[in-house]
Amino acid sequence: MVESKNPAQDDQPLLVAENLAKNYGRLTACRDVSFALYPSEVLAVVGESGSGKSTLLQLLSAQLAPSAGRVSYRMRDGVLRDLAALGEAERRFLFRTDWGFVHQDPAQGLRMAVSAGANVGERLMAVGWNHYGRIRDTASSWLERVEIDVDRIDDAPRTYSGGMRQRLQIARNLVTEPRLVFMDEPTGGLDVSVQARLLDLMRNLVSELGLAAIVVTHDLAVARLLSHRVMVMKGGRVIETGLTDQVLDDPREPYTQLLVSSILPA
Amino acid sequence: MNAPAYNFAYLDEQTKRMIRRAILKAIAIPGYQVPFASREMPMPYGWGTGGVQVTAAILGPEDVLKVIDQGSDDTTNAISIRKFFGKTAGVATTTSTADATVIQTRHRIPEAPLHGGQILVYQVPIPEPLRFLEPRETETRRMHALGEYGLMHVKLYEDIARFGHIATSYAYPVKVNARYVMDPSPTPKFDNPKMDNCPALQLFGAGREKRIYAIPPHTTVVSLDFEDHPFTRYRFDAPCALCGADDSYLDEIVTDDKGGRMFVCSDTDYCESRQAAGHRGSESVAPHKERAHG
Amino acid sequence: MYVAVKGGERAIENAHRLLAHERRGDREVPEVSLDQISEQLSLGVDRVMTEGSLYDRELASLAIKQARGDMIEAIFLVRAFRATLPRFGATEPVDTGAMQVRRRISSTFKDIPGGQILGPTFDYTHRLLDPQLAAGFSPETPSMGEASSAATPRVTDILGRDGLIEPSPGADAEAPVGDLTREPLSFPADRDLRLQNLARADEGFLLALGYSSQRGYGRNHPFAGEIRFGEVEVEFMAEDVGFAVPLGSIAMTECQMVNQFKGSATEAPCFTRGYGLAFGQSERKTMSMAMVDRTLRARELGEEVNAPAQDEEFVMSHSDNVQATGFVEHLKLPHYVDFQSELGLLRKLRKEFAEAAQAPPMQEAAE
Repeated sequence: MVESKNPAQDDQPLLVAENLAKNYGRLTACRDVSFALYPSEVLAVVGESGSGKSTLLQLLSAQLAPSAGRVSYRMRDGVLRDLAALGEAERRFLFRTDWGFVHQDPAQGLRMAVSAGANVGERLMAVGWNHYGRIRDTASSWLERVEIDVDRIDDAPRTYSGGMRQRLQIARNLVTEPRLVFMDEPTGGLDVSVQARLLDLMRNLVSELGLAAIVVTHDLAVARLLSHRVMVMKGGRVIETGLTDQVLDDPREPYTQLLVSSILPA
Repeated sequence: MNAPAYNFAYLDEQTKRMIRRAILKAIAIPGYQVPFASREMPMPYGWGTGGVQVTAAILGPEDVLKVIDQGSDDTTNAISIRKFFGKTAGVATTTSTADATVIQTRHRIPEAPLHGGQILVYQVPIPEPLRFLEPRETETRRMHALGEYGLMHVKLYEDIARFGHIATSYAYPVKVNARYVMDPSPTPKFDNPKMDNCPALQLFGAGREKRIYAIPPHTTVVSLDFEDHPFTRYRFDAPCALCGADDSYLDEIVTDDKGGRMFVCSDTDYCESRQAAGHRGSESVAPHKERAHG
Repeated sequence: MYVAVKGGERAIENAHRLLAHERRGDREVPEVSLDQISEQLSLGVDRVMTEGSLYDRELASLAIKQARGDMIEAIFLVRAFRATLPRFGATEPVDTGAMQVRRRISSTFKDIPGGQILGPTFDYTHRLLDPQLAAGFSPETPSMGEASSAATPRVTDILGRDGLIEPSPGADAEAPVGDLTREPLSFPADRDLRLQNLARADEGFLLALGYSSQRGYGRNHPFAGEIRFGEVEVEFMAEDVGFAVPLGSIAMTECQMVNQFKGSATEAPCFTRGYGLAFGQSERKTMSMAMVDRTLRARELGEEVNAPAQDEEFVMSHSDNVQATGFVEHLKLPHYVDFQSELGLLRKLRKEFAEAAQAPPMQEAAE
């Protein structure tokens, strides 16, 4: 399953958003969003609730159709394709192999009644893996990688803690070695100490695997730890964007300054 | 009062045409479930209306019909269906697998190999192999269309993780013509290999769920498994107590209330034919000479 | 010595004879006639006609007699008969607005044009068993009055005139009406097939679902806009003469529910509807049907879908009692071949379990 990375493609954008907008009747959820994401790059989308960041994530991952604008993705063959032009079969295949989606609530991204091993192995079986032993071994090694005790491989995530479930969800997404992972508040709802450990794990995995990622979060600390670039959203628009350290250390926009200064001192 | 008059084999010609169109489509796409407008029949849904509609649509005056349930011609529902066609079609009926042109069956495939020109009609309760993993019809339709059968393998994986074996003993899912995953109806997995490369035409009718599917003659039918946990047939390890067969599926008969048990061929025609040819088992009537088992 | 079981055919014949004998019961007791059933158990006949999808009082009465009073069995008989009948086509839509009303009430207004007409109803009776009915009872002649020629416009039409209620979804005049008995159901279902499915659905099932919605499982604040019962004319378009020919009239009950109002960014809010229609005097059925028609529109109206009554696949796949009883009762058929397979698997697993339980001590002993 190891896909050799094409160095010649690393300077070509992986995902391109052009003038994206989404309206619901008279309500504008987001508009005028344009950016390009490169391989191995992590982009954080920060904002408070109602900023439009979650809607944007749905648009970028082709789960919602835009009211205006376009999202394009560079497939493994190097061709940049408009997501709206993909057939349903292609889109579903993309979702199962080249992409990952980590939900805020892990129960949404897992089969809660099925064992951890089957959860991790499902994508492999979906692409034709047919050897129980090999599927199980691969699942085991991924559990180790996300720091879940391998003895729990036959337990259902119903018996896992919140932090473990989230790590399992990550393993389930990464097993097919995707090139792009979408994350929606991946540490939301977890205890602070658990969050820290999870963020550390995610940062290591992302850099080891050379993943590109788009992380939606209201927590600037998450953005700081995980991302290279950050986009700040307010009222459905991107009000500031740039390298994470620059934006967080030297925010230009008043709203960004407000966000940064609101972080409670450690 | 409006007194009804019935057509040959009960169904009116228009209905038969509609069912035949569905059958043709099913044959053209082996293993794919074709929706059809199942009619209200004089027997309840769940009691073979799908099989009866398929048989009624294909039956001609020259056909010879055999009807079995649990492998036997003499079980109550098999009798009831055979009488129904006797009354509404007047076709010749038989208990002999070899002599039949159309065989309607519930839960078994006959032991005697079928030949070209025969049609086996299966009664199917739940046609959708993914139904118990995914209850929504809209979702399973999509999974079949896109060939997304990962969920099926998840179930098999879970079985092995929990029991050490695939824990499906009947209605064991198969892949037809290397494309569609199909439920063979609640036949014991013992019967699965008989569907592969079979010279006869196999038709499946689900009346209540309103689906028809088919396996044309000489189509590949492979039972799902893992390379390292291959499909195995299960059969109780004993010969038939009446005819001595060691290769047929056996019924367990409780003979007394102290745990007494006996194993006898489920396929009554097969067993009786073997006995007529002189084969004997441990519980047979007359003393006999041991004959080589065929 | 074991002899293979035979004689199934004889057993079945004897069973049929015994059934006919039980059905007749004590020969000293007078045999019940179809007229008696049709006249005096008329609500039962109405139900069998509605869920059997066939308007014929005599046949429905025969079915009830043949089924020994088991209503679902009677419905099954009627349906099986209906399947053999030749189809000439569909009638013109019945005009319930022109109904010869025998009973007509509305809970949404105190008084309405045409008046509130109680008609023959169990409502407001005291449910006290009446021994007078036990042996030959001749009821008083009902009070008489002049039949009113006043129009009885539908309450929902009155609301509709001011735009207060959504218009009844218009049918495309060119598009053929679907027929649930001729084409397989697929989801999402169009309104015509949905209403057909609900019209022949089991009354108890719909009743429970409607009740659940009132208790919060998919609540939508229903009001009984109007319930009317009476005779409607049935007309059939005769091709050769070029106009619609009246075939006669049938008794029907119609219920219009007025539900939770709903607006959108582009439209002003208005009440929503649920619709129920059945043969004979079938109020419980039409009210439940109207409630479930409305709950099934949840997705269409942008409401959160989280209750069974709102789940289209769940409701419509399990509403047919003939299908349901067929499958539930099919468990009485022999299943011993599959049971044998399960027994085999179970025995194997138990053996392995027992072996595994014994293993560790033996390992230690080896060490």
